[in-house]
Amino acid sequence: MLKPTTYLTHSYDKPEGFRIAPYEAQGGYQSARKALGMAREAVIEEAKKAHVRGRGGAGFDCGTKWSFMPKESAKPHYLVINADEGEPGTFKDRTIMERNPHSLIEGCLIGCYAIGAHACYIYVRDELHLSKARLWGAIEEARTKGYLGKTPFGKAYPIEIYVHTGAGAYICGEETSLLNSLEGRRGEPRLKPPFPAQYGAFGCPSTVNNVETIAIMPTVFQMGGDAFSQLSALHSFNDGGSRLFGVSGHVKRPGVYEACVGLTLRELIYDLGGGITSDRKLLAVIPGGSSCPVMRPEETVNLPNDARFGEFNGQSILDLPLGVDTFRGIGSMLGTCCAIVLSDAADPTLAIHNLMRFYRHESCGQCTPCREGCGWIERILDKVVAGKATLEELNQIHEIASDITGNTICAFGDGAAQPALSFVRKFRKELEDYVVSGGSSQTRTLVA
Amino acid sequence: MAFALSAETEKELQAILARYPNKMAACIPVLHLCQDTNENYVNDDVIQFVAEKLELSAAHVKGVVTFYTLFNQRKPGKHQVWVCRTLSCAMRGADKILHHCEKRLGIHVGQTTPDGKITLRTAECLASCGTAPMMQVNKDYFENLTVEDVDRVLDRLLLDA
Ligand SMILES: Cc1cc2nc3c(=O)[nH]c(=O)nc-3n(C[C@H](O)[C@H](O)[C@H](O)COP(=O)(O)O)c2cc1C
Ligand code: SF4
Ligand code: FES
Repeated sequence: MLKPTTYLTHSYDKPEGFRIAPYEAQGGYQSARKALGMAREAVIEEAKKAHVRGRGGAGFDCGTKWSFMPKESAKPHYLVINADEGEPGTFKDRTIMERNPHSLIEGCLIGCYAIGAHACYIYVRDELHLSKARLWGAIEEARTKGYLGKTPFGKAYPIEIYVHTGAGAYICGEETSLLNSLEGRRGEPRLKPPFPAQYGAFGCPSTVNNVETIAIMPTVFQMGGDAFSQLSALHSFNDGGSRLFGVSGHVKRPGVYEACVGLTLRELIYDLGGGITSDRKLLAVIPGGSSCPVMRPEETVNLPNDARFGEFNGQSILDLPLGVDTFRGIGSMLGTCCAIVLSDAADPTLAIHNLMRFYRHESCGQCTPCREGCGWIERILDKVVAGKATLEELNQIHEIASDITGNTICAFGDGAAQPALSFVRKFRKELEDYVVSGGSSQTRTLVA
Repeated sequence: MAFALSAETEKELQAILARYPNKMAACIPVLHLCQDTNENYVNDDVIQFVAEKLELSAAHVKGVVTFYTLFNQRKPGKHQVWVCRTLSCAMRGADKILHHCEKRLGIHVGQTTPDGKITLRTAECLASCGTAPMMQVNKDYFENLTVEDVDRVLDRLLLDA
């Protein structure tokens, strides 16, 4: 159900919307003030009631993640914000940092307090220079007001927030790689366990959260956790509130839109996105960033034994509310909730070729199945596109991708295998046409 | 000649160090700081400088430099242009933008114009997919690009002495 909201986006169209004055005029910093007046436990409980599922891709419940942090420890605790936004098709966190940076800064105050941290690092990918400038600006404004530093809001609970910068590596969005990078090392993922809550930044208990997850927290504390969760049509799936939805590719109005959880792909593509470019037909959609399995509009929900899906069974996947567990249920993923839309004027073979080139380029190379597998798949697809592959090689894509799955240090491996597996299964005919025709079937491009 | 920072930039370096519980964590920000003052690249002198400042081995710093794509190990052009080529941009004409840049500058991706003014590169998704196609020029984004926009941007760079 399409229910637009403006909790994060209210400032987006105002020329000075990134400044503290308009933010405070909307009630800004009242939530942090309130939270810092509560007991730490109570802050976590309130966050849990909101059912904010991590907006970075994995969809883990934020309040629950906060509750994993040790109560007492000799070491300092850290809050680390993942602002490495690099998942192909994803462009929502950047809009928050550029156009509503105070929501993130206020959220960091709440988050630090909840996990017992006195320092927060916002890890921003280097390319986002405007985001970094806006965040530093917001930090200075908040400090001038006395909301940051030794006694935020007059409370003896020091909090400092720093902007840290990456240097160009998609893998640094993976949380343990991000921690290594923050520490001044090569951004190679670490084996888990230990998890960041035990052994995170600088060997200390840490929580890594996505930008949007934290930026929505002021709204949660303004409304109350339960009221926030109830905004969502998927409240019963413990998937609460409202969030940012992105849509890119072959739609008339690509962009970032804010709405209550419960929005469907059909609403995202046709109502918000304005429909398919040149009024063509929808060929396929990758629901939440490139690491999610591709879906075709002909697919229907088929989960008769899961009572939660009752009314959706038999319906098109386009009419299933976009949620962490609903999309996991149908064998795809919600990921970052930013959809890439392909029109039927475009060639899906070129789409998977483009993506596998990306994954080969970005693998950190630590695990053999990922490093070699991504390269092999890309090379086979090079041959497919050149009309020189065999059917045998098409089958190998499936084998190679299956061998990556579950056999690597980090989730990048699965994230690379999923698009390969799903495209090969769902666009088998298109791929085979290339093989059989020696490439002469190629008449379409990626552009529509 | 050994690399050194101006007094003012040295102050920035101290401010960076103050943010972290140890010196190693400053490695990436300090490398950026040095690269920005060293014609946009990191050579062995810079690596030596950073290693000494942060009390790290040169091998560690070199390992960091080689891991990340945004540290240049050779001197690039005065201006750097990156055209995003990942899926959402490719679906909205990134190829055309890229070829136009190549033609206009008379170079291929990865090369620098003979006068040393512009280095042309591709980039992977720059979090601007909703305003594709796009390119980054030095520290700025240019979005919803047409070839006319590209001409205007490149002309300005080429005029800049
Ligand atoms: C390869 C890879 C890339 C990732 N990139 C990002 C990213 O750019 N931003 C992000 O917030 N999370 C990213 N994640 C997810 C993080 O590992 C982590 O789950 C997330 O930051 C946790 O925050 P959340 O619980 O608030 O969502 C990535 C994961 C993987 C495996
Ligand atoms: S799965 Fe790939 S990206 Fe992740 S650690 Fe292994 S090689 Fe690196
Ligand atoms: S694909 Fe080009 S910015 Fe995301």
